[in-house]
Amino acid sequence: MSLVLDMVGKTVGEEMHLEDISLTLEPGRLNVLLGPTLAGKTTLMRIMAGLERPTSGRVLEGGVDVTRTSVRKRSVAMVYQQFVNYPSLTVYENIASPLRIARLPRAEIDRRVREMARMLHIERLLDRLPAQLSGGQQQRCAIARALVKRARLLLLDEPLVNLDYKLREELRVELRDLFARQETTVVYATTEPLEALMMGGRVIVLDEGRLLQSGPTAEVYHRPGNVAVARVFSDPPMNLVTVAVRNGVAMVAGGLHIPLRGHLANLPDGRHSFGIRAAHLSTRRRREEDLEIVTEVTLAEVSGSETFVHVHHAGVDWVLQEEGVHEYALGEPLRVYLDPADLYAFDHLGVLEAAPPIALGRR
Amino acid sequence: MDKPTNNGAWLLVVPVVLLVAFNAVMPLMAVVNYSVQDIFGPGQAYWVGTEWYREVLGDTRLHEALLRQFLFSGLVLLIEIPLGVLIALAMPRRGWAVSLVLVILALPLLIPWNVIGTIWIIFTRPDIGLLGYSLNSLGIPFDHTASPLDAWITLMLMEVWHWTPLVVLLAYAGLKAIPEAFYQAAAIDGASAWKVFRYIQLPKMRGVLTIAVLLRFMDSFLIYAEPFVLTGGGPGNATTFPSIYLVKVALGQFDLGPAGAFSVIYFLIVLLFSWLFYQVLQNVGRGKAR
Repeated sequence: MSLVLDMVGKTVGEEMHLEDISLTLEPGRLNVLLGPTLAGKTTLMRIMAGLERPTSGRVLEGGVDVTRTSVRKRSVAMVYQQFVNYPSLTVYENIASPLRIARLPRAEIDRRVREMARMLHIERLLDRLPAQLSGGQQQRCAIARALVKRARLLLLDEPLVNLDYKLREELRVELRDLFARQETTVVYATTEPLEALMMGGRVIVLDEGRLLQSGPTAEVYHRPGNVAVARVFSDPPMNLVTVAVRNGVAMVAGGLHIPLRGHLANLPDGRHSFGIRAAHLSTRRRREEDLEIVTEVTLAEVSGSETFVHVHHAGVDWVLQEEGVHEYALGEPLRVYLDPADLYAFDHLGVLEAAPPIALGRR
Repeated sequence: MDKPTNNGAWLLVVPVVLLVAFNAVMPLMAVVNYSVQDIFGPGQAYWVGTEWYREVLGDTRLHEALLRQFLFSGLVLLIEIPLGVLIALAMPRRGWAVSLVLVILALPLLIPWNVIGTIWIIFTRPDIGLLGYSLNSLGIPFDHTASPLDAWITLMLMEVWHWTPLVVLLAYAGLKAIPEAFYQAAAIDGASAWKVFRYIQLPKMRGVLTIAVLLRFMDSFLIYAEPFVLTGGGPGNATTFPSIYLVKVALGQFDLGPAGAFSVIYFLIVLLFSWLFYQVLQNVGRGKAR
C-alpha cells in the first residue's frame, strides 16, 4: 500500500513547521528523510504515523484518506532516538508486546519473537530487562519490537544517533539488509548525508519545513537541484563561491581564473555560484588541469580518520577534507588544488545549471 | 613505600565525624546506656543487664501501642500512596495550572505540626468547628474527645490531608521524567490507558515511590505531635502510640531504664521494616523470566 502526502502543512501558533509537502512513498521501499535538525523531519514522521494531525493537506494510504485516522487504527511501527522499551518487561516480553495486544496465538508469538531476536542478534538476551542491556542492545530490542508487528509503515527517527560510532556503523549495515528483506515501507530520518548515502533507497531532502528535492539517493547526491540541497547533502556543507563568467572563463575574487571546459563549457556570461565538495579539494596536484590556490589555514579539525582543514583566500573561506590525521598551524600557508571537473554550477537563484558527470568507478 | 601521604587530609573528614557523633552515635549510645542500667542519680547507676528489656517486652500496654501503630502506619500507606499517585496522574502537565496546583498542594506541608493539631481540634469541635458542628447538625454524633473511632477518623483525615501532597509531589516528579516517546510508542502499539500505567508509568515511578513509601512509613511510625496535640493519646488509650507512651514513661514517670530499652527496640523495628520495604520495592515485578 502506498502512502501519499498531499500538500501537507503544519503550523503551530504563528510558527510554520511544515509547508505544502507532497510526497508518494512506494510500498516496500526504503525512504531516507534527510535534513538538518529542526528541518521538520520528526513532525513529518508523526503526521505519517497519525500521532499528529496536519493543519492543511491530506494523508492517503492506498488511496484512502487517513488524515484523521488515529494511530491505533493504522498499521505503523516507530523507532526513536531514545531507547524506548517497557522497563519492567523482559526483552522477550517487550518484543512480544505488540503481538499480545493484537491477540495472536501463543505459538505464533513465540515463533515470531524468536525469529526477530535471531535477526537482531539478541536471542541470548531474551530474559534480561532493558536496564540490564547496553545502549546498542536496548536499541536492537526496540527495533525488534517495531519490526515484529510487520506494520505497513515503519518509521525510524534518527535511531542511531545515541549510539557510539562503531555500533552505528555495524547496526546501519544490518538495518539496510533487514529492510531489504521486509515488505514494509520504511522511512528513515537522519541528519547525516553519509548515512543517507549508505542506506541508499530514495531520499527526501527537507529543510526548514520545506521539501527541497526527492529521488533516488545517489542521483540526488550527484545532481542536487539547488544550492540548499547541495548544502544539506554534503558534510561538511559544500563550498560555494560567487563567480563572474565572461568569454568562457570564470573569475573568482582574488584573481583566480577558471577556464570552463566539459560540463561547464556552455555557461552563459554573468554571475553564477560554483560549488565543490570538501572531499574534492586536495593539498596535492592530481591532474595537469588542477588549479592552485595559495591559502591560509584558519582551522584544522580531526574527525574520525579524516581532517577537515578550513582555509581562507581573498575573502573566500573553503573547507577541504583530507584522508588521515594531519596537523596544521594557524595561519600556515597551504596550497590547495581544485579540479574544474568537480565543480557544480548554480545560477543566481541557486538552481543547478551543471553538475560533474557521474564517472563510474571514480569516487 | 613512596606513596605520598598527607595526614592533613584527615581534617577534611572531621566535620562529618563530629556531626554524626553528636547527632546520632552519642544519643544512641546514651539510650543504650540507660537501657542496661538502673540510674538513681548522678554517679548512682547499677548494671541490670537485660532486665528492662524483659520488662518492656512483657508490657501489655506497650504491645497494644505497637499494634495500634502498625494499624495506623498500614492505613497511612494504603491510603496515601494510591491516592497520591491518582492525584499526580490527574494533574495538568503543562501551562499555568501546574504552578497553581503545586502551590495549593504544598500548603499543608508548610504548616508546623503542632499548629496542624490545633487547626483540626477547632475544625472538628462539635460546638464551633465547621466539620464537627455540621456533622452533629445532620444527626451524626461526632466527637473525637469521646469516641475512639471518631478520634481515629480525625487523626487519619489529618494525616492524609497533611502528607498526601508529599506523595503527590514525588509521584508527579516521577511522571514528568518520562519522555514523550514512551507514550507515543504505547499509542502506536495500541496499548490501553491501564497498560500505559502498568507498564510505563508505574515502573518509571519505582524510584520515587520507594522514597515515598519509606518516608511515609518512618514518619507515620514515629508520629507524636499530632495525637499529642489532638487527643493526648485518648480517649482512654485509643490513640496512645509508642512514641506517646514512651514520653509518658520517660518524662512522666522518669523511668529512664525501660524507656531506653523500648527506644532501642523501637529503633530496630523502624530499621527492619524500612529495609524490608526497600527490598520488596526494589525487586517486585522484575527479573522474572516470563
